[in-house]
Amino acid sequence: MIRLSISARQALAKLTLPVLIAAAFGLLLLGKADTMLAERVRMALSDTLVPIYGVLAEPLASARRVIESGERLFAVARENDRLREENERLRKWQAVALALDAENATLRANLHWIPDPAVTYVTARVVADAGGEYARSVLLSVGPNHSVTKGQIALDDRGLVGRVTEVGARSARVLLISDMNSRVPVTLEGSRARAMLIGTNGPRPRLMYWPEGTPPVEGERVVTSAEANAFPANLPVGTVHYNASNVAEVEPAARLDRLEIIRLFDYGLHGILPPEAARTAERPNLERPILERQSPEHPVPDRIADRQPTTVADRQQTMTADRQQTTADRQQTMTADRPMDRRH
Amino acid sequence: MIGAEHGPLDRTPGIRPRPSLWRRLDAAARTCFPLAATALLLLVLAAPLGLPAQAELLPAVALACVFFWTLFRPASMTPPAVFVLGLLADLLGDALPGTQIVTLLIAHGLILRWRRSLVRQGFLLVWLAYCGITAGAAAFAWALGSLLSLSLLPAAPAVFQAVISAGFYPALAIVLVRTHRGLAAPEQA
Repeated sequence: MIRLSISARQALAKLTLPVLIAAAFGLLLLGKADTMLAERVRMALSDTLVPIYGVLAEPLASARRVIESGERLFAVARENDRLREENERLRKWQAVALALDAENATLRANLHWIPDPAVTYVTARVVADAGGEYARSVLLSVGPNHSVTKGQIALDDRGLVGRVTEVGARSARVLLISDMNSRVPVTLEGSRARAMLIGTNGPRPRLMYWPEGTPPVEGERVVTSAEANAFPANLPVGTVHYNASNVAEVEPAARLDRLEIIRLFDYGLHGILPPEAARTAERPNLERPILERQSPEHPVPDRIADRQPTTVADRQQTMTADRQQTTADRQQTMTADRPMDRRH
Repeated sequence: MIGAEHGPLDRTPGIRPRPSLWRRLDAAARTCFPLAATALLLLVLAAPLGLPAQAELLPAVALACVFFWTLFRPASMTPPAVFVLGLLADLLGDALPGTQIVTLLIAHGLILRWRRSLVRQGFLLVWLAYCGITAGAAAFAWALGSLLSLSLLPAAPAVFQAVISAGFYPALAIVLVRTHRGLAAPEQA
């Protein structure tokens, strides 16, 4: 060990701090200039520490579990009270539901009610939001050997999404209720009045043609109507909302702007099939050839309701035509591609 | 330090045990205790404990420990030790490497300068001084970060850091005072 005089040792001791501060600044600048170096050193330290932390993680997790269960124990009494109160309330509702169910069963038995057929459905993933400026539709991946057919009803976990308009070998296209070509017969749940839900390409489709004297009420629930045999009755569509210019719109229950998984229900309804989008001609691969569709062996079912009339007068004509449509009418084979022609 | 006990300048004369090897080892261990304990504390705080505001706790603990040991046991918290702790805190945290070192070293220098008057004060005044130091350290770290990134960083995290640091000190001080009188006292070796 080197023997230093006391004064030299004191001077050295006084120098240590400034030298170290300068070194720290140097390190700072070095770290700023060469970020890779700092990262490497940091990663080396992390690499040595990670196994230790890995060993620590298990006891830490169990300690945290113990603390959590302790907290839960404290919350249990309050939770219990809340649940008991809720249970009380739900029991009341259950009684109401059971009574209504029983009443419903008796009424049906008395009326020789034809029960609704059992519904089958498949679930498919949305692979593309195929809508553009003038169309609102989504593309589903359904895989080969699928059972998806045109006219099936698409719902997400909250409500009506639209209908299947095109079916290919592995994909299907669903026209959303917000599309300009979409027409959905609906019932206003409060007044049981019929109306038409008309897409505008905006986020909220518009309500039209409700009977005189029963305007939609703000916040009223809107469900599908079985009229025209295109939709089953009572599927949730959304709630009525009047916009700033006092037009009755429907806030869709389904999250149309972020569809991920869609259920396709087969209600066996072929009253009015959705329109083939004008795009079909551009994508013949998605569909059977047009010639085949028009051949007499493959009668093309009627499709009227969803064609877009241009004026209000036209729309009303379509509406009345729709209402007057009979089953016999529907079974007729239609060869013309423009449905309006048949009407005039 | 141990040799001085037998020199002419023995401040506490009296009978004491002979400095055997074990005794010397014990004294050395007690001297190193603050550095080792602080480093260990930093390593533990870097573990995924899931504590609230854990990212802010790490520099707060580093500053508090450096402050306390510099004030009450400067022989155990030398500038190189502060440098090592700062480096560790820098590498464990995700600030620019060097920020903590510079901050801790400057705080260390300031405390050394004021320690003669501060060490005789009660806890409340020491805490107040610590609050001042931590506010200064947060402001300095903020200014340094702004300077090095050539942009004005938001000040709210720095304020939060200072508040956490100042508020955490009393809890840490209870433990540190205990160890200061027991485990880390070389004169008890």
